Amino acid sequence: MASDGGVSCLRRSEMMSVGIGGMDSPPLDVDEVHVLAVDDSLVDRIVIERLLRITSCKVTAVDSGWRALEFLGIDNENASAELDRLKVDLIITDYCMPGMTGYELLKKIKESSSFRQVPVVIMSSENVITRIDRCLEEGAEDFLLKPVKLADVKRLRNYLTRDVKLSNGNKRKLPGDSPPLTLSPDSPGSSPPPSTLSPDSSDSSSPPLSPVEIISSQLSSPIDDEDDDVLTSSPESSPSPVRRQKMRSPGLD
Amino acid sequence: MDTLVAQLQRQFRDYTISLYHQGFLDDQFTELKKLQDECSPDFVAEVVSLFFEDCEKLIGNMARALDQTGNVDFSLVGSSVHQLKGSSSSVGAKRVKGLCVTFKECCDSQNFEGCVRCLQQVDIEYKSLKAKLQDLFNLEQQIVQAGGRIPQVDI
Repeated sequence: MASDGGVSCLRRSEMMSVGIGGMDSPPLDVDEVHVLAVDDSLVDRIVIERLLRITSCKVTAVDSGWRALEFLGIDNENASAELDRLKVDLIITDYCMPGMTGYELLKKIKESSSFRQVPVVIMSSENVITRIDRCLEEGAEDFLLKPVKLADVKRLRNYLTRDVKLSNGNKRKLPGDSPPLTLSPDSPGSSPPPSTLSPDSSDSSSPPLSPVEIISSQLSSPIDDEDDDVLTSSPESSPSPVRRQKMRSPGLD
Repeated sequence: MDTLVAQLQRQFRDYTISLYHQGFLDDQFTELKKLQDECSPDFVAEVVSLFFEDCEKLIGNMARALDQTGNVDFSLVGSSVHQLKGSSSSVGAKRVKGLCVTFKECCDSQNFEGCVRCLQQVDIEYKSLKAKLQDLFNLEQQIVQAGGRIPQVDI
């Protein structure tokens, strides 16, 4: 079933539906979430892939930080323009990886104008508070302790859906639409997105936000009470991302 | 009257419970079972199979590193142990994972004899688990072939 290294380890039939390689992937559905998973362990890659797919995410799994950057087009500025249509809604990465650690990958993503808004979740088998804090300070959305469980991924999925809907004004952008919001004053795009966060929107009902307002709205928690009616979250999901290691479920006796 | 299916299901249930109670498996194995469904009916078997291949490869690396008499690279052994600990944790291979913890300590303290002992134990342990899980999967197959459903076992 699985091959070593490279991009993903899905069976052929599954690879078609996920659009492996990214370049020729069909446009993503409005509600579909695309996750990039990064882990050097084959076993862990298979498990995280399955966990994500079972929670209705499309998954691209790679075995290193370098391949992740390659896939995103961050390491090659010429390619990134073309790959703008690649919508990645979440990046989930292992911390301990040879070559480039998950932390280093996180930093590179946060330095990238195209991808810095994509939430990054770090996974680690070690519960080291300084490590967790460092990642969160660097902008990681959440920190999961391995082994990752279905409940962890479901929780991620819940607050991810809210993020996607909120930042796009309740409608997920399809490839070909204007690129993810950046801080530049002249954001290109054939039609202004319905969100009031666009500085160029001439059709929005509220006045365009200044760059300072855009920055602060981006930094504030995306979870807004007013948006509860569009949430698909389950009742037990927490209102904001867990900032510390989650509570461990009791093990078997 | 006890049908063949009922007998097999009971065997399966008892065997599964014993694997957990004897510490071979932990709740992460249960988590993996949750990921198995009609679309991916062999998911658990496939993952554990990959895990056992991983074991073989990593144990081979460790053995080679420990074989460099007088010039053992303990950090190299330690990194393989770390990887093995990770994957054993991900599939719920509790005993293997536990041995890796001890093994890692031996690597960190550069305890050669300790490492060699741990290596032998890990090798025995993963092979033992492999055989037991094979028996479990065989039972599953027999149940299905006899026309029955694989029971959900609550630990």
